[in-house]
Amino acid sequence: MASIQYILKRLLLMIPTFFLVMIIIFLLVRFLPGDPAIAIAGDRASDADLEAIRERLGLNQPMLVQFWLFVTNTLQGDLGRSILLRAPVIDVIFDRLPTTIFLTLYAVTLSLLIAGPLAFVAALNRNKWPDAVIRTVFQVGLSMPVFYIGLILLTFLAAQLRWFPVGGYGDTFVERLHHMFLPSVTVALYTSAIIMRNLRSAIIEVLDAEYVQFARAKGLPDRLVLGRHVLRNALISTVTLLGLSIGNLMSGTLVTETVFAVPGVGRLMLEAIFARDYPLIQGLTLTFAVLVSVVFLLTDLFQSTLDPRMRLT
Amino acid sequence: MTDITALSAEATIPQKTRLQLALRKPGFLIGAFIIGVSAMLALMPGVFAPYDPNLIDYVAVKQPPSWAHPFGTDMLGRDSLSRVIFAYKVNMQMAILATVFAMTIGVIVGALVGYYRGFADMIFGRVVDAVITFPFLVLVIAVVAVLGPGLINMYIAITLVGWVYYARLMRAEVIAQMGNDYASAGVVMGYSDRRIIFRHLLPNAITPVIVYWMTDMALAILLGSSLGYLGLGAQPPQAEWGVLIAEGRNFITTAWWLSLMPGIAIVLTGLGFSLLGDGLADLLRPRG
Repeated sequence: MASIQYILKRLLLMIPTFFLVMIIIFLLVRFLPGDPAIAIAGDRASDADLEAIRERLGLNQPMLVQFWLFVTNTLQGDLGRSILLRAPVIDVIFDRLPTTIFLTLYAVTLSLLIAGPLAFVAALNRNKWPDAVIRTVFQVGLSMPVFYIGLILLTFLAAQLRWFPVGGYGDTFVERLHHMFLPSVTVALYTSAIIMRNLRSAIIEVLDAEYVQFARAKGLPDRLVLGRHVLRNALISTVTLLGLSIGNLMSGTLVTETVFAVPGVGRLMLEAIFARDYPLIQGLTLTFAVLVSVVFLLTDLFQSTLDPRMRLT
Repeated sequence: MTDITALSAEATIPQKTRLQLALRKPGFLIGAFIIGVSAMLALMPGVFAPYDPNLIDYVAVKQPPSWAHPFGTDMLGRDSLSRVIFAYKVNMQMAILATVFAMTIGVIVGALVGYYRGFADMIFGRVVDAVITFPFLVLVIAVVAVLGPGLINMYIAITLVGWVYYARLMRAEVIAQMGNDYASAGVVMGYSDRRIIFRHLLPNAITPVIVYWMTDMALAILLGSSLGYLGLGAQPPQAEWGVLIAEGRNFITTAWWLSLMPGIAIVLTGLGFSLLGDGLADLLRPRG
C-alpha cells in the first residue's frame, strides 16, 4: 500500500492547484457577458429588485471580497441556485452525476474489453497482417469524432434495427445496461483506440524485457509468462493511461450525452451554457475539475501501490 | 518547411536517406497525399465544387446521391458535395488557426520557464496542474460560453487552453537539451540568454512540438467540428462539417447521406494529419 505520508503529501499538493482552479472558474464567470442580476430576475425586474439580488449575491462588493465569498461558499457546499432549473446547483448536480459516472465506468469497462484482447493479438503478431489490420482500424477510429460514431450507432442499431432504445435512461440496473449500451460503446470506441495503441507497445516492451526472455528461456509455459509477467506490467501502464485520459473521457461523455439525450452532467453543462445559467456553469465546471483530480489521485495511488519506482519523492 | 530541413541537419543520419526512408513508408505517403488534396480543396473550393454551396433549390430537396448530385441534396435543395467541399476551407483553416497561436505562445513560454526555472517555473507548474484538471472540452466550451458562439471565439478559447500543452512539452524538452555540452558551451562563450534560448536550444528542442502539432491539427478538426455540431462553433448557414452533420441529424433515417458524407471528410482529414505526424516523427527522430 501507498504510505500515509505519501497520500498526505499528494493531498497537500492539491491545495494550490485547487486554489488556481477556483480563480480560473471565478474569473470565467465574472467575464460572462450580461448582468447576472438581470439573468436571475428577468428583463422586467425593477431596479430595486436588481439591487437586492446584487446585495444578496455580493455582486456589488469588490472583486477580492467576491472571490472570498465564492471560495467560502463553495467549501460549505453552497454553489448558488440554478437559474434554469430553479433549484440549488449542488442538488441539481448530485441528481445528474450518478448517470454520468455510470456511463463513464460502463465505457471504461467496454473499452478494456475491446482494447485488451486486440492489443494482445496485435502485439503477439507484431508487424504481421493481424497487427496491421487492428492498428489500421483503430487509427481510423481515432480520427472519428465522438458525435459521428454516436450518430451512426444511433441510426443503424437503434432507429433502423431497433436493437436498442433511441434515448432514455431506464429504471432497473439491467434496463440501464441496455439503455446505456450504445452511449457507452460510443465513448468506448474512442477510448479503446487510445488504450490499444499504448497497451500494444507496453506488451511489446515487456515481451522484449530481459526478465521475460529469461522466464521463457527457463521453460515457463507461455500462458504463465503472459499472465504473470506481461499482463501485470501492461496493466499498470493501461490503468495509468486510463486515469490520465479521464479528461478526454469526460469530454467524450459530454458530447455523447448530448447525442443520446442522456440526462447526465455533460448534457446539463450544454443546457446551462445555452441558458446562460452562470451559477450552474460555475458549479458544473468545478464538478468536472473535482472529478478529474480525484481520478488523478486514485491513479497515482494505484500506480505507487503496484509500482514502487513511481512513488513521489 | 525550412525549419524542418534545418533541424534534421543536426542529426546523425544524412538528410537524403531519412527522406528516402520516409518515402518508402506507405502511411507517410498516404498522409501527405490526403493533406495535399485537402489543402487544394480548401484553397480553391470553387474550382472543384460543381455548384454554389448556398444555392437553394426547393424543387430538388433531399434528393439521394445521383450523377447530378453525387452526395445528394439537403433539406433546402443545396448540393451536398459542394457544401462538403466548401467546408474544407473552414475546417482546414480550423486545423491551423486553432493550433498555431497556441503553439507559438506555448513554445515561447515553455522555452523561457524551462531555461530560467525558479519562481516563474513554479507558478507555471501550478497553472499546468490547474488547466489539466479540467477536461479540455469543458474548459473550451466554458470559455466559448463567456465569449459567445462562433469561429473566432472558438479559436480564442482553444488557444487560451491549448498553449499549456505545448508549453509543457517545450519546457521538458528545453530542460533535457540544457544537459548537453553545446548549451553549456554557449554560456561559457558569453552568449546572451536570448541567443542561447532562441538560436541554440529552441531549434534542437522543437522536434517533438512539431510532431505533436500534427496530431493537434487532427484534434483541432475533431474539436472544431464537435463544437460546430453542438452549436458553439461555426454557425449555419456556413458550411462546416460539424454543422453539416448537425443539419442532417433530423433527417438521418430519410436522408442519411446528409450526415454521413461530411463525417467521412472529417475522418479522412484526421487520418491524413495523423499519418503525416507519424511519418514526420520518423523523419525527424534524432536517432534512426
